[in-house]
Amino acid sequence: MATVSVCQYHRGGFSFENCKRNALLEADINKLGFSSPAARKTGTTICGVVYKDGVVLGADTRATEGMVVADKNCSKIHYISPNVYCCGAGTAADTEMTTQIISSNLELHSLSTGRLPRVATANRMLKQMLFRYQGYIGAALVLGGVDCTGPHLYSIYPHGSTDKLPYVTMGSGSLAAMAVFEDRYRPNMEEEEAKRLVRDAIAAGIFNDLGSGSNIDLCVITKGKVDYLRPHDVANKKGVREDKIYGRPVTGNYRYKHGTTGVLAKTVTPLNLEVVEENVQTMDTS
Amino acid sequence: LAKCTFFISHLTFSDILYCDENVCVCVQTTIMAVEFDGGVVMGADSRTTTGAYIANRVTDKLTPIHERIFCCRSGSAADTQAIADAVTYQLGFHSIELDEAPLVQTAASLFRDMCYRYREELMAGIIVAGWDRRRGGQVYTVPVGGMMTRQPVSVGGSGSSYIYGFVDSNYKPAMSKEECLKFTAEALTLAMERDGSSGGVVRLAVISEQGVERQVILGNQLPKFSTV
Repeated sequence: MATVSVCQYHRGGFSFENCKRNALLEADINKLGFSSPAARKTGTTICGVVYKDGVVLGADTRATEGMVVADKNCSKIHYISPNVYCCGAGTAADTEMTTQIISSNLELHSLSTGRLPRVATANRMLKQMLFRYQGYIGAALVLGGVDCTGPHLYSIYPHGSTDKLPYVTMGSGSLAAMAVFEDRYRPNMEEEEAKRLVRDAIAAGIFNDLGSGSNIDLCVITKGKVDYLRPHDVANKKGVREDKIYGRPVTGNYRYKHGTTGVLAKTVTPLNLEVVEENVQTMDTS
Repeated sequence: LAKCTFFISHLTFSDILYCDENVCVCVQTTIMAVEFDGGVVMGADSRTTTGAYIANRVTDKLTPIHERIFCCRSGSAADTQAIADAVTYQLGFHSIELDEAPLVQTAASLFRDMCYRYREELMAGIIVAGWDRRRGGQVYTVPVGGMMTRQPVSVGGSGSSYIYGFVDSNYKPAMSKEECLKFTAEALTLAMERDGSSGGVVRLAVISEQGVERQVILGNQLPKFSTV
């Protein structure tokens, strides 16, 4: 019988074949003593709070790759729609791409309905996508926004469960930030108080959690207006090295005075090189 | 009913920083439902955990499926939310086709079909309760594995193990609505006292022909028992 070229129908849903392969590879590599490359994660503090007129979202700006800071000023508050923004913790690529996909789908949905998108819609789309991938997409999100029904705030976990709450924190620094929230949160705060609360919660995460650091970004969403404050607070300013010691610059200057090094002998050897045929072809870059 | 499935992919030192992303969010819980003549009383605690951290201390585990049909969720939060959303859609569609209110047994069957078909992938223990015109107040339990059975009183979740004795000895058939409320509140309080994965506030719902009444009993208002 001739071999039939198999055209496998895509059965729908997510194929977990690669996940099994990865697990086997991980086991093999660990036996040899190496460790597999770690995905870049945003060890993070993100949080959100609902106040009188809207929602304040906050995030730190450190992205880590294992124990090294990969990005000192990364942006963790992602745009979903003009009135909905989303902070992401977990694997950086996953949060970035997931929020972009949902943002794109939500814009199409909004054009189709002719209305401003609702936060609950974005929440539904995100949770259904994350559940479909059974937690393999490592994206923990804080979704907030203001729509026709008022301000809303959701926390979304990588496996696809969501909670609708007045204040939420996520990420490795979430415990530190939650401590600040549990102490000082009140319903119906004013904008300045809410911004100060979020700023302090993120600062608690930055200073007490190794995975979070650098600056504090804030995003204040109200009906019809979004204030994207990046950076809102530079909590960790890089120091400046002192410019001169004893009149001489400390760093970066490797010019020495003429005569610093004494010359003992001098020899000149001419190099006789032939010019081989030279051909210049201009590239057409029009 | 206490196993958390762990996400095994990255077991490097950096994972210690992400204690909540690598553990599944669980609704280890105590849930309960009781039938009475004319309706049902449902109750649940309000704690959702990720490992040892309480992700949500005011969770609402009593989810509306239809106007007079609710379900109590226990197990994995993501699984039960997804199942409840799917069944809500299916039941809503069915109800519109029928042009009348759906039966509680229909809702329970939909839950059972989904929980049984995907039993290997899901971790969900659900109690479906509500009122319909044909059989009045009914409680159906759909535990992990996908069995479905009707019971006059049903408890579920990790905290249920601690209150089987209390429930079996204190349940009397033909209790009134107030007696059922008191019975449920006391049972849940006892479970929350003993089970680490249950706690917070007690959420109650009464479903009858008149509709749904919801209550919350805060921590300091819970019934007191004399313990050491």
